[in-house]
Amino acid sequence: MERETCRRIFSQVVHAARALGVTEVEALLAGGEDALTRFANNAIHQNVSARDVDLSVRPVIDGRTARATTNRLDAEGIRNVVAEAVAITRLTAPDPDLQPLAGPAEYQPAERWFEATAQVTPRERALAVAEAIRVVEGAGQTAAGIYSTGDSFLAALNSRGLSAWHRETMARFSITAMAAGSSGWAKASACYHGDLDPVQLAAAASGKAAASQAPREIPPGRYTVILEPAAVLDLAGQMFGDFSATAIRDGRSFLNDRIGRKVFGQNIDILDDAHHPLQSGPPFDGEGVPRQPLTLVEGGVIKEIAYSRQAAAPAGVAPTGHGFPLPNELGEAPLNIVIAGGDSTVEEMVASTERGILVTRLWYIREVDPYQKVFTGMTRDGTFLVEAGRIAAGVRNFRFNQSLIEMLSNVEALSRPVRASGEESSDMVVPAMKVRDFHFTEVTRF
Amino acid sequence: MNDLALAALDSVTGPGVSYADARAVEIRGREITTKNGRAGHVSSSESAGIGIRVLASGCWGFAATDNLSKEGIQAAGALALRIAHASAEARKDKVSLAPEDKVEATWASPCRIDPFSISVDRNLDTLLAVDREVRRQPGVSLAETCMVFERRRQVFASTLGSLIDQTRYTTGAGFSALSYKDGDIQKRSYPNSFGGQYQLKGYELVEELRLLENAPRVAEEAVALHQADQCPEGEFDLILDSSQLGLQIHESIGHPIELDRVLGSEANYAGMSFLTVEDLGRLRYGSDIVNVVCDARQQHGPGLGTFAFDDEGVPAQCSDVIRNGVFMGFMTSRETAASVGRKRSNGCMRADGWERLPLIRMTNVSLEPGAQSLEEVFDADHGIYMETNRSWSIDDKRYNFQFGCEIGWEIRHGKRVRMLKNPSYSGITTEFWNRCAAIAGPKHWTLWGVPNCGKGQPEQVMGTGHGASPARFRNVRIGSAYGA
Repeated sequence: MERETCRRIFSQVVHAARALGVTEVEALLAGGEDALTRFANNAIHQNVSARDVDLSVRPVIDGRTARATTNRLDAEGIRNVVAEAVAITRLTAPDPDLQPLAGPAEYQPAERWFEATAQVTPRERALAVAEAIRVVEGAGQTAAGIYSTGDSFLAALNSRGLSAWHRETMARFSITAMAAGSSGWAKASACYHGDLDPVQLAAAASGKAAASQAPREIPPGRYTVILEPAAVLDLAGQMFGDFSATAIRDGRSFLNDRIGRKVFGQNIDILDDAHHPLQSGPPFDGEGVPRQPLTLVEGGVIKEIAYSRQAAAPAGVAPTGHGFPLPNELGEAPLNIVIAGGDSTVEEMVASTERGILVTRLWYIREVDPYQKVFTGMTRDGTFLVEAGRIAAGVRNFRFNQSLIEMLSNVEALSRPVRASGEESSDMVVPAMKVRDFHFTEVTRF
Repeated sequence: MNDLALAALDSVTGPGVSYADARAVEIRGREITTKNGRAGHVSSSESAGIGIRVLASGCWGFAATDNLSKEGIQAAGALALRIAHASAEARKDKVSLAPEDKVEATWASPCRIDPFSISVDRNLDTLLAVDREVRRQPGVSLAETCMVFERRRQVFASTLGSLIDQTRYTTGAGFSALSYKDGDIQKRSYPNSFGGQYQLKGYELVEELRLLENAPRVAEEAVALHQADQCPEGEFDLILDSSQLGLQIHESIGHPIELDRVLGSEANYAGMSFLTVEDLGRLRYGSDIVNVVCDARQQHGPGLGTFAFDDEGVPAQCSDVIRNGVFMGFMTSRETAASVGRKRSNGCMRADGWERLPLIRMTNVSLEPGAQSLEEVFDADHGIYMETNRSWSIDDKRYNFQFGCEIGWEIRHGKRVRMLKNPSYSGITTEFWNRCAAIAGPKHWTLWGVPNCGKGQPEQVMGTGHGASPARFRNVRIGSAYGA
């Protein structure tokens, strides 16, 4: 939806709110069109497209606020959603910490829209998928995966003159290649679909499936691991909800009593940077506040955390632009993570490892201990034994129970960071890591 | 809505089309939460749209839109057709569907008190009273409560001539107490974690849950856990409360029996299954006392998997999954049923909204009540009893699992002797179910709702139902999550 259309809808929201005696009102407009071509058993089996736009209205009335959302954007739908928002706001208990609506701001634009990506056709996706399938099938394997393209927008507007608008396109290609008793996986995402190479991803997945055939079972224990970027992303990505002033105030963050302390190794530096060239997403938060860069971790020391406007005011600090749309219980979180890398490569990490495990991907990661930040999960789709600096064999998949604090204190090497895409955390910019004493506790049967 | 669904069907007629269906859906939701004595999240939502699925050139195409004008629906239909024809670029076999009958029906789930008739301020008063009671306990850092309501009306129309109008009311409610002390975070939830209990009911569920009455005990346990001993590591008899057992069923029985997973459709994301079609009627899934059904019928209870017809217009059914310990059946769609030679789908296709394609989803996958009393279930010389899920993880073929619970108790000769913190257990699915030694009877059976089951690409979040009574399992590996 174009910016002018958003403004026009917002003026209708303001008009409807004033008719009900309400002058303080915010609207979020979000939506777009997403198409996804899915394949399995070397054929397209699901192929979908969906279009939706939501209007979400939040009045502020005497220290109270609530939100009503609709996807009916005709005049009656807009009037109704405003009336509902006003009605439930008036019935809500006042919140003494509720801030007035944010004022207007200047935004550094984030150019993430590619017309060609928005216009990718079902046939173009199908042809790309067919080509990728041919690579895997040609190796005597079976392919499954997705190719998605889409466009989205987000607008935040309020009656104090705030007007933020962002649009972007996104493409994702993911593929699993299955051989007898083994599998391999690869995935990439980019705002411009031309940056994806489905054939190269298919070849990578197929190569892993071939290399891990007839996997050995080796006992659980503490191993040196080489985590490829997707594995780093999916595991490390679990902790960033804790870099939140609200989470700390609630006592649910592992950073309670750890701000300013050295928690990770000296070689760990983590930023949040909405404008990093490999990042995606809008440059403003759920209230329309511009996202500021944060140094979350420097030299292993916890430096900065995110503050929404609601969390910043009582703390006497400036909001960082990481708040979720109000009202919410979670407060804020950094969403544009960049973990600084090093100058190693996965190949060099393997070459420098006497005995260890190379991990492609992790799966079903869940928190076991919220303060020690222990997570459990499984390896998946390409797990290898490294011996004497070489990949020696595929191995059966492990269950891990691993503290992130311990893991990020045991990093021996980092690669250059890349935009990584997994299934358990949002896309981030992360390096591969070589980590000592990673804790595998069980082995499964495949 | 009938007209919308029928107009959508009209939009996908044409050469090469062998089947089509359309779902016109209207969803209304309301969510109210509190946090430490204040309103947390008060919101309401509505969403309306139409999803059109068409089988053309032997392939599926699906398009969904919120533009419900005549032009919007026609455009969506045309896009669904283009997508189906494009799918033929990477086709192996033409899709065939198990036969199904034409149905015309209207059905609404039982709802004694329309949850939208209860005002937001009354909801908040109820929740804030619970919140106050939780925070009365010294040491509670964070009290959270919630109520979630949904009304979903769907009109399904298909080229078989079916026209089915269904309305489902869903209610969820619960609370939790979190305590942070000296580098230790402990939490207790009621009646279940991750939002509480969810059922296909109206506001009456909130009244039945006795939230206020249970608040002091739950808050006290959250704080007491700091002083509790760490759950030991080793092999012990394990006794699970029915809510944790419900999730165990979900992960280690419900997902593996989805026939689309078995056949590879989910290989790239949710994964596959350790089960094969050849295991039917042969695999010893559990001990003799383990009987599991997949039952979407209203008589099974107000589960999140209860309906009259699935999203392919197939009537709700009850199917044996495990009978006397032997694996008996998968959950199917019309397509997967046909692909394994079944004469009919057992009706498990559901979409989480108008904008998504129906997938095989759990309905109510439930462990039938056993013959033992609660005392017999607890009759272990030395065991660990665990309550309320805290973490859950299982491999992509649903074989190796690990669960953590909020609270545990050491059991000696059938009695609780000490509270344990951070309890966890792990195992291999079939080995675990074959160690089932006792299942409590019907009076201890509860139909739990899991509101957040993820599957599919784009991911869909579905509510599923799982009935269970407390049960005991012999010699289960316990405590490895915190092991050295």
